[in-house]
Formats: sequence, C-alpha cells, structure tokens
Amino acid sequence: MSKNSLSVMDWIDARFPLTSSIKGHLTEYYAPKNFNFWYFFGSLALLVLVIQIVTGIFLVMHYKPDAALNASGVPVAFASVEYIMRDVPGGWIIRYMHSTGASAFFIVVYLHMFRGLIYGSYRKPRELIWIFGTLIFLALMAEAFMGYLLPWGQMSFWGAQVIVNLFSAIPVIGPDLSVVIRGDFVVSDATLNRFFSFHVIAVPLILIGLVAAHIVALHEVGSNNPDGVEIKKKKDAKGRPLDGIPFHPYYTVKDIVGVVGFLFVFSFIVFFAPEGGGYFLEFNNFIPADPLKTPPHIAPVWYFTPFYSILRAVTYPLFGIDAKFWGVVAMGAAVVIIAFLPWLDRSPVKSIRYKGGLYKAILVVFIISFFILGYLGVLPPTPGRTLVSQICSVIYFAFFLLMPVFSKLDKTKPVPERVT
Amino acid sequence: MSVDQKMDAGRRQLLLVTSAVGGAGAVAAAVPFVASLTPSERAKAAGAPVEVDISKLQPGQMMTVEWRGKPVWIINRTKEMLDSLKKTDGEVSDPNSDKPMQPAYAKNETRSIKPEILVAVGICTHLGCSPSDKFKTGAESGVSPDWPGGFLCPCHGSTFDLAGRVYKSKPAPDNLEIPPHKYLSDAKILIGEDGKA
Repeated sequence: MSKNSLSVMDWIDARFPLTSSIKGHLTEYYAPKNFNFWYFFGSLALLVLVIQIVTGIFLVMHYKPDAALNASGVPVAFASVEYIMRDVPGGWIIRYMHSTGASAFFIVVYLHMFRGLIYGSYRKPRELIWIFGTLIFLALMAEAFMGYLLPWGQMSFWGAQVIVNLFSAIPVIGPDLSVVIRGDFVVSDATLNRFFSFHVIAVPLILIGLVAAHIVALHEVGSNNPDGVEIKKKKDAKGRPLDGIPFHPYYTVKDIVGVVGFLFVFSFIVFFAPEGGGYFLEFNNFIPADPLKTPPHIAPVWYFTPFYSILRAVTYPLFGIDAKFWGVVAMGAAVVIIAFLPWLDRSPVKSIRYKGGLYKAILVVFIISFFILGYLGVLPPTPGRTLVSQICSVIYFAFFLLMPVFSKLDKTKPVPERVT
Repeated sequence: MSVDQKMDAGRRQLLLVTSAVGGAGAVAAAVPFVASLTPSERAKAAGAPVEVDISKLQPGQMMTVEWRGKPVWIINRTKEMLDSLKKTDGEVSDPNSDKPMQPAYAKNETRSIKPEILVAVGICTHLGCSPSDKFKTGAESGVSPDWPGGFLCPCHGSTFDLAGRVYKSKPAPDNLEIPPHKYLSDAKILIGEDGKA
C-alpha cells in the first residue's frame, strides 16, 4: 500500500469510522470456529433481500398500480404485469426472480429460525436479536402479503379480501379499521395503490432498519454456535476468543460457498419452474381479479399456510365473541409467541446437542405438526381435516406454553467448556 | 461550566410548555395523513342503487349483479327449495334472523319480500369470500350426503341454506346480509334503496 492511499484512509477515518467499522464487523469480529451448514441462512437471507430490492426497483419502472379496466377489459395492473412478462426486454426474468425470491426468502428465513431454535440462539444474552428477528418475520409477512395483491389476479384480490376482513373481526373498532385499511368499503383501486406504496416504500424501509438492528445486536454480543457455548469466556492474551476466527476472510469465504449453492437452486427454479408447481405462483392468479366471483378453492401462498390453518382451526365462539375473532387472535398469537421463546426455555443448556430425549421428541412432534398445518392450509377444509388442524394447533401452542415445564424436566447432558 | 446546580423552574416550565405545544402540533399534523386513509368522497359516492330485471329468472335459477362493488345474488327459489328451509331450521344458528343482518321486511322465514325471490349479498360473513351455489341435493352436491341445497364458502367451509342462513358450528358468525331493496314492478327490483331509510 502506498503512502498516498494510507493517507486517504487517514483522511476518511478522521471524519468517518471506516477502518474501525471494517475491523469491528469483519476482520476483527470473531465468530465461533464451529459454524456448520445451518449458519448459511443468515447471510443468504441478506442476499435474497438484496435480490428483492434490486428486482423490485426495476419492476416498478414498468408496473402500474391501477385497478381500472383497460380498452380490452383487463385491469391495468394485471395487464402491466403481463406486459412486463411479454414485452419488456428481460422483464420476465426480473419478475420471476422477484416472485421466486419471495418464496426463497421464506424458505431461507424458516431455516434460519429453525437454526436459532435448535441451537438456542435466542437464549440470554441474545433475546433482543431474537425479538428483532421475530419483527423481521412479521414485516416480511406484511411485505409478502401486500406484494401479492399487486398483480391483481383472482388470488391477489380474494386473498386480500380475506386477510383485510380479519381485522373486521376485532370487536368495536374492527369494521371501521378494515375500511381504513382498504380505503374503501371493498378491496378496490384505493387498496391496490396503498398496498403498492407500503410494499415499495414503507415496509422495505422498516425491514432494512430491523435487519440493521438485528445485525448490530448480534455483533454486540457475538454469535452463538452449534454447541451453545460462549466463546467469549475463553480468551487469549490479546483478548481474542480462543474458539473464534475473524469473520473476514474465514466466514465471508464460507458464505460464498453457500451463495453459490443457493444460486444454483434459485436459478434452476427461475428458469425451469418459476411457478413452483402452483405453490410459488398460484394458477388462479393468472386470471384477472373478479370482485363477483371467488375461485372455487382459495388458499394462501405456501409460506402463510401453517398460520392460515391455525386461523381456520378455531370454530368455536368464546366469551360471547365470534369464532372469527378468536381465529384471528390464534393466528396472531402463533406468530407473536415466537418472540417469547427466550423466556419460555428454562433448559440449563442451549444447544440441541446437549438436550435430552424428552426435548428432542417434543421438538420432532412440533415440527411434524407445523408441516401438517402447512399442508392442510393449501387444501379445502373438511370436518376431518379441521379436526387434524385443531390437534396440530394445540400441539403448536403447547410446544411454547409447556416449554417452561418440559425444558426443566428434560435430562440434559454436560456441556463442554469449549466448542467441539 | 460550574453554574448553580439549582434547577431553573422558569426554564423547566418553558421546556414543558414548548414540548406540549410541539406535541399537539405533531398530533394535528397527523390528522390529514390518517384522514387520507379513509374512503375518498368518490368512493363514498359509488353506492348508487342498482336496478335489476328479473323477468327472465326461471325457478331454480340464480343471477349475480354488482352493487357497491359486491356481488348481490337474486335467486328464484322453487317450492322444493322453500320446503327445505323448514328442515334446516334446527341446523342453522339463527333460524329466526334475530341478528340485524336484514331489513325488517326480510325478517321472516324465507328472508325475503316475496317468498320465492331471495336477494342477498353474496359475501360470506366470515372473511368476505363469495360462497358458491350448491343447489344440487344429497351426495351429488359434493357437500354432504344429506345436503338440502344451499351455499358453500370455498375459503373456510361455511355453509348456508337457501335463505342464506348460516349452519351451526361454522366459521361464519352471521347469516348472509340481505341488502335494502324494493320491487319497482313484478319484474324489476331496485337494490340499495327501499324508500324506508
């Protein structure tokens, strides 16, 4: 490095914490040396966020949020998406990257959350990281839901109709609240325009802010690891954790491997199966929105289905209030309860590696119920399926609410002093 | 900076007053933003009544018209269909239409002005999907083996009888809404206005 470039860095560092930021977050941020496969998904979530923002910026250049019918009797919004797909050079691939990116985002985030769950990454002192994460998950759900209205297809319209009507179930203020959300008495052009505004401006800003807070909080306390051992407890003479390695270059290089693997799969889907068999892009959404006719079977996109099943599972009124309201409460609670995990887990150990058979068995039952709920959410309801979804919903909540009990009863194994 | 440690009460008061006035200003500034989220004057004005010609509606047939952006069904019920309402009395949650989901003149056994003609808003009272008509009876309907005919909401499985009354233990809490309507002549219905309100 020449003397000149050094002085440029000095000039900047006197005015902006560039060198110290690079050190603090990359070259001298010590991450545990035993990260495994599961630790790819945090950086991959960041990659997908970038993909969504970049493709989104380009899609907005051609998309028109307008529910009015054009000269051919097709809603302008729907037609503009078809225009992007057929007439805009490169438009099809940008749009497929964006629509596949939505599903990829949830796949990566669900795996990222599962990693946190099994290794106890939410435990003290990482509670705030976990809460920021839950908020990111909520913001992501809002972002995905509002984005799904924009193509103005049948599933867009009726999905929004159902979800906005959820708010009308709230006693007293509900009906007025749903009108304020829609900006009209029915899902209409006003709804489409405000969802567009939220989808491209408000929620992405919140998301980016939360992601920044998530990472700042993580770098403050340091990463957990598959052993659930605090590496900061054993330091060398210079104060560096003995089991830590600098994030850059070690984990930047490792994450590039993850990125390459991810992009293989992602590109395959974008090129050969962008509709994901009707799960990533639902077939009914290739029909323009018709406010007079609900498609014979409507289901949310796959990433919402576990929570949608919980909503549908509540069929009994309680305290004189409709079942509808309690369904909404159950669905909301199913997401919010995740944030309380740090205080529900009373196990003396963090990682699944040192937890006992009881905890592992209950975790397996929980994961199976979650998958069953997700599967039932895409199917039309029948009395038998409703019963199964009720059982699985109870298991879902029991996993969280009984955790203070079973995590204590569980026979744990001794935790090693240092990572293995 | 070694000033007197005593609190300056006058300055504190000024601080409190300016904060309160500033806060009030911020709240006042939020008013137009919140107001802009409510339905516009144009949206409010879009509720004009709709006139419908039902002269071609044969017994057993149903037609759908749009009123305030919602589907409104008009069904010409046959005698068998009307008879089925007596059988469903015990299975629906509000058989006498006690909840105010209809104008007073439709609070009767058939939930209609003329017994055979049902006018109902085709929006499920659960979460606003439009139920599908399942007029075929029994196993052929695909609903249940003893299905007497009615409506099935595809979203969450709520079922309604041929007067739009919701069956018990279904997600939908209320019967289908009967909109205000009146007959201009035997063949013409005006939906959205009944001259009574």
